[in-house]
Amino acid sequence: MNRHLISAGDLSLDDALLILDTADELAHMAERPVKKLPTLRGRTVVNLFYEDSTRTRISFEAAAKRLSADVINFSAKGSSVAKGESLKDTALTLEAMGADAVVIRHSASGAPRRLAGWVRGSVVNAGDGAHEHPTQALVDAFTMRRRLGRLDGLRVTIVGDVLHSRVARSNVLLLSTLGAEVTLVAPPTLLPVAVGGWPCSVCYDLDVALPKADVVMMLRVQQERMNAAYFPSVREYSRRYGLDAARMALLPDHGIVMHPGPMNRGVEIAAEVADSGRSTIVEQVANGVSVRMAVLYLLLGGSGAQQ
Amino acid sequence: MTGTWLIRGARPLGGDPADVLICGEMILGIGAKLDAPAVRRGSQRADGAQSLDADGLIMLPGLVDLHTHLREPGREDAETVSTGTAAAALGGFTAVHAMANTDPVADTAGVVEQIWRLGRQAGRCDVRPVGAVTVGLAGSRLAELGAMADSAARVRVFSDDGRCVHDAVLMRRALEYVRAFDGVIAQHAQEPRLTHGAQVNEGEISGRLGLTGWPAVAEEAIIARDCLLAAHVGSALHACHVSTAGSVEIIRWAKSKGWQVTAEATPHHLLLTEQLAAGYDPVFKVNPPLRTAEDVQALRVGLSDGTIDCVATDHAPHPLEDKETEWEAAAFGMTGLETALSVVHEALVEPGLLDWAGVADRMSTRPAVIGRLSGHGRLLPGEPANLVLYDPSPRDVIDPGAQASKSRNSPFAGMVLPGRVVATFLRGKPTVLDGKLAW
Amino acid sequence: MMPAADRAGRDQHAAGAAASAAEGSRRDPTRRDPTRRGESPAKAVLEPAEINRALTRIAHEILERTSGADDVVLLGIPTRGVPLARRLAERLEQVEGRTIPAGSLDITMYRDDLRMRPARALGHTEVPADGIDDRIVVLVDDVLYSGRTVRAALDALGDIGRPRAVELAVLVDRGHRELPIRADYVGKNLPTSQREVVRVLLAEVDGRDTVLLGEAGRVNS
Repeated sequence: MNRHLISAGDLSLDDALLILDTADELAHMAERPVKKLPTLRGRTVVNLFYEDSTRTRISFEAAAKRLSADVINFSAKGSSVAKGESLKDTALTLEAMGADAVVIRHSASGAPRRLAGWVRGSVVNAGDGAHEHPTQALVDAFTMRRRLGRLDGLRVTIVGDVLHSRVARSNVLLLSTLGAEVTLVAPPTLLPVAVGGWPCSVCYDLDVALPKADVVMMLRVQQERMNAAYFPSVREYSRRYGLDAARMALLPDHGIVMHPGPMNRGVEIAAEVADSGRSTIVEQVANGVSVRMAVLYLLLGGSGAQQ
Repeated sequence: MTGTWLIRGARPLGGDPADVLICGEMILGIGAKLDAPAVRRGSQRADGAQSLDADGLIMLPGLVDLHTHLREPGREDAETVSTGTAAAALGGFTAVHAMANTDPVADTAGVVEQIWRLGRQAGRCDVRPVGAVTVGLAGSRLAELGAMADSAARVRVFSDDGRCVHDAVLMRRALEYVRAFDGVIAQHAQEPRLTHGAQVNEGEISGRLGLTGWPAVAEEAIIARDCLLAAHVGSALHACHVSTAGSVEIIRWAKSKGWQVTAEATPHHLLLTEQLAAGYDPVFKVNPPLRTAEDVQALRVGLSDGTIDCVATDHAPHPLEDKETEWEAAAFGMTGLETALSVVHEALVEPGLLDWAGVADRMSTRPAVIGRLSGHGRLLPGEPANLVLYDPSPRDVIDPGAQASKSRNSPFAGMVLPGRVVATFLRGKPTVLDGKLAW
Repeated sequence: MMPAADRAGRDQHAAGAAASAAEGSRRDPTRRDPTRRGESPAKAVLEPAEINRALTRIAHEILERTSGADDVVLLGIPTRGVPLARRLAERLEQVEGRTIPAGSLDITMYRDDLRMRPARALGHTEVPADGIDDRIVVLVDDVLYSGRTVRAALDALGDIGRPRAVELAVLVDRGHRELPIRADYVGKNLPTSQREVVRVLLAEVDGRDTVLLGEAGRVNS
């Protein structure tokens, strides 16, 4: 039995729905005067963040604290990690501290998988290199379901640098498990060579894909990719793959716009689109806490699968 | 311990059982039931010959590895000439070519002679240093290839292995220059710009795992270019660790033109595929990377039909701290000396793609020819007694902890592989007896 | 990825599956009744009519004790406490002629035995819009046994607001309290041994109304 959440592909349909349904219930917490549940009292959750990410770390921290868990933050800067301590030594330290769960964000794909071999607690992948970001995909699916009422048969279009995107990988896996139809839109240089084997379709033309999209998710595109010749210029990228107000009007009436953040306003997404009513960017923050509470509860709240 | 050895009942090249008589450094005779007077005549010592019962054992000429990393000087924490040659002997090797990416780099007569001497001192296996093609492996200036060739180490194989000689002009010059002393350039084919930051084969695995891919074309494009260059200047090219089906095709084409192109494949590329990387365990991280099942099959067929001339281990030991990390931070490379023969047994002999005579050819005779190495590769009376006795029958779990190499990064750990080396003789002196070091 | 979550939730109550299977076998004589394992099958200790009479009586008791149920909020504990609370609310509304707030309070996150089994799916919590502050909360559940569920419910209520008073209504009190907890309103007192199992089936969840008592293993554990 899997006691970690490292890849969205680890989740069966039942697992995924359980997390979303649990998050639905926990979302009501925000309306209560006492936003705390005693469920994880006495458990220790360690946030091991090798990459800077205030938003995700705070989201996990809030989720753990609302479940009464103790939270320890280990960020790369100024710690033994910055001084070159190996991942394995850090893992041994966490073991000695009795961490029940380690939430890890790392720039190297596969770091959570390696960590899982060295700790007894649960490992939650908060983003590893270009590999995956499963809780982000769960938050995205949760938001889609809340806004549009369903996931099965939903048409989701993901636009941007798929090749380097862990959010894209997790979303493709999770959404196809949940029965959604995923389309990837990007220049060919930003799609993996073997994308034909992925459970989704591919399109190079954003204007063709938009009218058929219930959800369009814009991925951040990095300046460095231009320097590595993935596309000729930011201007050309934006013109061909950016979501501006004109393109937003191509969406069906109920269509929503998502962005995992942080955004490059004016590159992949125009300011007025980011701020429009179709955009889910703000509600994602609250949803993030509910979903992460559900994940932590389901991993740590019971007897768990520890052997 | 040199003296007279009578090896009874071995199967030379997998053929019918025969006795083999070794006297001093030489094979005196091979035949069914060598008679007692011949034995006595050949004996140099009054107390007679030592005897070794080799019933059921295959006898091959001592294996010759064209591609080994002994790490000394510079990375003695990973391996030394002493431990590396111990591993080689246990693997049935009587000669290894030690690659030049040491620290300092083996780009001068001084360094190659040092390595050569260390090999002689250890005395377990002939060590033939490989000379770097460019100074410091930096790829900008030719190293003193002539001086290395003339040195006591008598270098004939030159390689920047670890790096590719990617500059076409420099590669041309190197190919031309070594003609003067019958040298051969062994190219590590890897177009650097196409493989910047590459971690695994580019394909299904790289996309799924989110790791930068190492496309097959980066190897094939260089091999194609170098075959054409070698033909153009009339020189000899050796392709290191060929790993893709496309490379095999290109080499087959080049050979059909009569060009002086030879090629090697590693044991791990003959058995393992990229799928093993799925768990992110860097014991499977190697350069060139593990490829697809189609590539593995093409390499096997290539080795079988002789397009690929030989098996070379690319034995690359690394200390634990360089492998017990996240994938991207880990070093590239796998050990291989002690498992090579078993892997070839499993990957080629078992499926009927190669018989034992073929194994002898690919793992001893041809590599000796390519390395311009005399005294190895031939199991005949009058030749130096460099030979290995191999028991093909057991099947055992591979345990890196029990290996002589200083490093434990074997991708075959936990796998069941056939066979075991029982004895190795280096010019009549047993370096391995009963599966254990005898020297 | 997740340990299989126990959607059935609480210890004494099984999914309605076996009960519906039993129902099915009653309709189709060729299907085996799964509640019949040994020589003696589970015994029905409350029939539908008795259940309804009990609920009507409890409703009147609530009205009496709260002098007209002015500030009463009914909160059913999932799973079967919820339809019971709804039925009580209907009866109160019939008498008083106005809507009585009723909702549900899931106590999974407050249980004291969480670590003994894999993490369970949550039931639905719905607190009526006017909240519980200064109200009389009547918790409603099907069976009162050790009292731990009610203890968890009291903790949960404490995090939601501050009721003026909390009372407890149960359909069946089967004894064997492990905490100092008692019910204010009881449908039926049912002395049991700890080897026995009590199953409440309700039409809204299980397709029929009955209360079964039997040996563990005979009443689909």
